[in-house]
Amino acid sequence: MCLAIPGRVVSIADIDDALMAEVDFGTVRKQVCMHYIPDVKVGEYVVVHVGFAIQRLDEESARETLADFRKLGILEDELGDGFTRAARQAGIDQGTGR
Amino acid sequence: MTGATESHDTIDFEGWVCPVPLRDTPFIVMGHGGGGAMSAELIEHLFLPAYGAAATADLGDCAVLSVGGSTLAFSTDSFVVKPMFFPGGSIGDLAVNGTVNDLAMSGATPLFMSTAFILQEGTSVGELGRIAQRMGAAALAAGVRLVTGDTKVVDHGSGDGVYINTAGIGVIADGVNINAYRAQVGDAVLISGDVGVHGIAVMSCREGLEFGTAVESDTAPLHGLVAAMIATGTDLHVLRDPTRGGVSASLNEIARASGVGIELVEQDIPVPETVRDACALLGLDPLQVANEGKLVAIVPGEAADLVLQAMQAHPLGRSACRIGTCVPDHAGMVVAKTGMGGTRVVDLPLGEQLPRIC
Amino acid sequence: MKYLDEFSNPDLAKKLLDQIHAATTQSWALMEVCGGQTHSIIRHGIDQLLPEGVEMIHGPGCPVCVTPLEIIDKALAIAALDNVILCSFGDMLRVPGSTQDLFMIKSGGGDVRVVYSPLDALNIARQNPDKEVVFFGIGFETTAPANAMTVYQAKRLSIKNFSMLVSHVLVPPAMAAIMESPTCRVQGFLAAGHVCSVMGTSEYPPLAQRYRVPIVVTGFEPLDILEGIRKTVIQLEEGRYELENAYPRAVQAEGNIAAMTMLREVFEVTDRTWRGIGMIPQSGWRLSDRYLDLDAERRFDVADIHTDESTLCRSGEVLQGLIKPHECAAFGTQCTPRKPLGATMVSSEGACAAYYAYRRLDVVDAR
Repeated sequence: MCLAIPGRVVSIADIDDALMAEVDFGTVRKQVCMHYIPDVKVGEYVVVHVGFAIQRLDEESARETLADFRKLGILEDELGDGFTRAARQAGIDQGTGR
Repeated sequence: MTGATESHDTIDFEGWVCPVPLRDTPFIVMGHGGGGAMSAELIEHLFLPAYGAAATADLGDCAVLSVGGSTLAFSTDSFVVKPMFFPGGSIGDLAVNGTVNDLAMSGATPLFMSTAFILQEGTSVGELGRIAQRMGAAALAAGVRLVTGDTKVVDHGSGDGVYINTAGIGVIADGVNINAYRAQVGDAVLISGDVGVHGIAVMSCREGLEFGTAVESDTAPLHGLVAAMIATGTDLHVLRDPTRGGVSASLNEIARASGVGIELVEQDIPVPETVRDACALLGLDPLQVANEGKLVAIVPGEAADLVLQAMQAHPLGRSACRIGTCVPDHAGMVVAKTGMGGTRVVDLPLGEQLPRIC
Repeated sequence: MKYLDEFSNPDLAKKLLDQIHAATTQSWALMEVCGGQTHSIIRHGIDQLLPEGVEMIHGPGCPVCVTPLEIIDKALAIAALDNVILCSFGDMLRVPGSTQDLFMIKSGGGDVRVVYSPLDALNIARQNPDKEVVFFGIGFETTAPANAMTVYQAKRLSIKNFSMLVSHVLVPPAMAAIMESPTCRVQGFLAAGHVCSVMGTSEYPPLAQRYRVPIVVTGFEPLDILEGIRKTVIQLEEGRYELENAYPRAVQAEGNIAAMTMLREVFEVTDRTWRGIGMIPQSGWRLSDRYLDLDAERRFDVADIHTDESTLCRSGEVLQGLIKPHECAAFGTQCTPRKPLGATMVSSEGACAAYYAYRRLDVVDAR
């Protein structure tokens, strides 16, 4: 089920009419079936489970999530927790400074 | 225990370690050779009772014997690795270095070794020759003499290529007393370098698992490193080479034998990127992956820096570091402080390391 | 590794934890659905860092654990046959049937091989044309596309000596079954991220509404888990029960269309027994009629093997958070990781196995 990890597509080839790719997991490389990401491009990240890419990894979304994590708590430091939610709901952005 | 729900406070947690020894496996399975809990049970519940009074020690990796005025170390090990050649070594290198290291972990200087082969009919003579050459080279490098040997051939199908048994004798200097039961509260836990390298190198070329990696086995003779550590004048308490079952198995054995708890700091454990990545791919714990050229040392806390300096000055200990401490809590167990600030139990692996999907 | 390391950053974990602590004003019982998430929680000690009131109930473990005893007994019977090579994921080898596991079959001469991918089993079939090669095809929706493609390829390439023993399970029906229990304590779900990578998220809003339970699609790294918990707790505190996606880098609402197309081609929904839980209607996949010739249950004579689950095992109650593992009479005695009775003791991330390995520490410390 769940052990799926992100890797970067290094090269793509057709083997037995199945779309296969060499995928780079940091320092480890493995042949991965790309049948379910048919328009995959070299350089893209995919999420791989038991030798199959099951989804693209959206790099921009990953960066956004991390950026959101970094912003967490900054408002609270300034305003205290009760205000935070109200402020967030009111659409006030972070950045009031410390 | 037949009581129901109210009984949990009285459960003997210690007694759980080996619930129904051997009774649940009437046959030998691979896990009995995995160096984990099942191997330990086989010794404790089959060999020791069967040998009875003939067994004078705990049948551990290496026996320490008094002969005349000398203290000898005596050890034997069998090698069945598949594939026989892997990145960074072969079954021949392991057969020599493995026994050298078993001796070295008692502080011995290895002197003599026997080599015995069990060959399957049809094994390539060329391949056997290459294995034997690697053994000769490894013995020369380690400074041990190969002094006796034997060869047997079994029917095609009843063996699998080449099996090697080696036994070795070494001599232990006066005043050296290194033993698994000597770990004490306050002792430092040291490791001589990166963990998990050998196991990943072998797995990378195993059928059905093949993956590309630059990892090479770390197989190496460790007695020189041990000699450098002894030369510091430190009373080294325990040494272990964490082969099958990895660092996790070795430290669990030590914790149990000595009746101390061991607390590791996960971030301090040197796991190379290559091992981390391969473990992430296969779902393995680097602490349970085999090493063939590393040792863990339990030394008095105040001597840790001195021993580390000596290790780091030796080619096989350059990235030696401290990874934990022996503590009075949770005696017999190994725990690790995680990077997140939590704690986890580092358990004795049950048997063979298998890639998991979930 | 990129996109793993960044999501294990301790400083960001601390921020998320602070947020969870600040948001929690009362006790909440959350369930992480996926065994991989349980593994991560235990592996990183995350449960110890949560506010006292936030309890994690470990979900149905993993597909390996919930594979019914009867199917395992069938696999064992097939693996013991001469001329058969049984290929399996590594985790399955140690899972016991009624009297044996695959390791024991192997020790008795059975040809049992561990593969990383089901496609490796197909290659073994091509290399061994005189043998029958059977793949033990288990898994949740995450694994199903790989198994489906393998069956599809075997048919297309006319690899006659290949078949698959299929026991696929589906996550949303299991979540519904857990919520249906009148005594269920689960107040919020961390949904299984990689299941959603394949299937998308459309099955969850109706569940969230029907059972008035927040469902947050959650990943597997420490920060992912904490973000899933944070979003769930905030929903609970605010009285909301919606679907949220805390794993957007790998989960799109529509899922993987190509994979779902293949799944519809190869599989059909069926009732499925979950080990230790019982039968859950429409909670599994079997091979569809077009692929029945590749069904190992048909190819080999195992239809007569019927095995009942243990009556001692109370893992169903454990899964719902009704009892703690040690409150089951069989726990630690008839049921251990070496000889597990139910799903939750089978894999190291099952609730009972985790408790067995892990709670030892608390008890020793308490002495």
